[in-house]
Amino acid sequence: MRLSRAHELWRRFLNMASLALTGICAIVVMAPVFVILAYLVVNGIRSLNIEFLTSLPKSPGETGGGMANAIVGSFYMVGLALMLSLPVGVGAGVYLAEFGRTRYAHVVRFMADVLNGVPSIVIGVSVWALLVVPMRSFSALAGGVALSFIMIPMIARTTEEMVRAVPNVLREASLGLGATYARTMWSVVLPAARGGIVTGVMLALARVFGEAAPLLFTALGNRFWNLYLDRPMANLPTQIYEYAKSPYEDWHRQAWAAALVLIIVVLVLNIIARVSTRERYRALR
Amino acid sequence: MTTVMFPRQEEAIAPPPPKISTRNLNVYYGDFHAIKDVSLDILPNHITALIGPSGCGKSTFLRCLNRMNDLIEGARVEGSVLLDGQDVNDPRTDVVALRRRVGMVFQRPNPFPMSIYDNVAYGPRIHGIRRRSVLNEIVERSLRQAALWDEVKDKLRQSALALSGGQQQRLCIARVLAVEPEVLLMDEPASALDPTATFRIEELMQELKSQYTIVIVTHNMQQAARVSQYTGFFFKGELYEFGETAKIFTNPEKRETENYIRGRFG
Repeated sequence: MRLSRAHELWRRFLNMASLALTGICAIVVMAPVFVILAYLVVNGIRSLNIEFLTSLPKSPGETGGGMANAIVGSFYMVGLALMLSLPVGVGAGVYLAEFGRTRYAHVVRFMADVLNGVPSIVIGVSVWALLVVPMRSFSALAGGVALSFIMIPMIARTTEEMVRAVPNVLREASLGLGATYARTMWSVVLPAARGGIVTGVMLALARVFGEAAPLLFTALGNRFWNLYLDRPMANLPTQIYEYAKSPYEDWHRQAWAAALVLIIVVLVLNIIARVSTRERYRALR
Repeated sequence: MTTVMFPRQEEAIAPPPPKISTRNLNVYYGDFHAIKDVSLDILPNHITALIGPSGCGKSTFLRCLNRMNDLIEGARVEGSVLLDGQDVNDPRTDVVALRRRVGMVFQRPNPFPMSIYDNVAYGPRIHGIRRRSVLNEIVERSLRQAALWDEVKDKLRQSALALSGGQQQRLCIARVLAVEPEVLLMDEPASALDPTATFRIEELMQELKSQYTIVIVTHNMQQAARVSQYTGFFFKGELYEFGETAKIFTNPEKRETENYIRGRFG
């Protein structure tokens, strides 16, 4: 009797201890996010003002000025990357989901996973050799292409998962009505998978929005306005890098502000991804 | 049904030509011989029920009639399936046109995740009908035929997924009727529904019988006895017995048929 009582206490203790341990681990997961956010807000909020958002950088040494060109440049190149990677990624994803049993598809899937794992600096260097060297100039185009190389495998794999998850009965219903396979894809399967695909695309956008490495050797950065595809273009990540390693106090503060802008955009993209997922579940209920 | 007022004697006796007939139909899934040498005639404007224990091949047989087995990897079909005398497995047969003539209602209601209207209009749209007024007409007519119009006429723009299971299944029937098929294949159309919804579907089948050829696969023997005029009993991939429903259910020729109908197995 006494033995079993002790045993029960020990069991309860183990239970509590395990619960506490996993709880602490969960806190450790969240902590960096809060630390980063708090740090950025504390350091960046002072320099985050209208001037920062709307004007060009000033010459080294002068205080004031902003990063309007880098903010626009980041959106510009991410938008370009989206235009390049969305059709390719979704197309490849549909192929893998629907005809994914062939040897060719296995190779494609494996390559996509490899590309997903390639360090972004390597992608940057490769695109430098592929585009910057032949064009004899750093360019927004090269930056967009480098970012799209990161996005394509992410979008392809998410699309594959989502299209695969569309119930087969929907395909059969459409084909049974005399629809062609292509029509079934366009009108039934892709719309049914849309929520999930949008989520994946948003997460991919959030990921590349903060990438500095692929842009260092491709878009380079620019202290002035540029909207031409074939010229160097300013962007937030490389601007942060440049400002943070500069000797100027004011530039350091602006780097913090830029980082804050970056994280806000990433956060918003993540939230959109979340909301679009919720839409999807509501639609299927 | 033919409406000849004063038929000559032999016309009255001679049965109408079969809408669908299969001859020595065999289906293999890889090494598995799913359908063995089935020859069967299906009469127009009647309901033919296919019964038998699970895995006996009745669903597979049904899916041969509009070549839905094409979609299953490793499925192989031998023998012939004739629709109005034409072989549906002929390489020259346009499978899209075939499926338009031979529509299918599935076991689980499977409305598309779109509005009620768009579900019904899907078939006409893929066959090239664009005019709003024509689509409206088809949608209303099909929903009326499926006995669903009164329940949904005020919410055609709402998601089809918000309907109840029984309503969803009638929507799926309306969706098939919208492409004006000649044959309706129903693969256990009521097995996921409650008794009331099942009753509605059975009632509906009786109404549709005069215009369509209906083949229904069912696990529910009372249902087969209630709705059909002809019944085929499948067992281990073979068609054991086929005949008028009343005969099959009251005086079957084979012992297996009788055992199954008496509920001794399956």
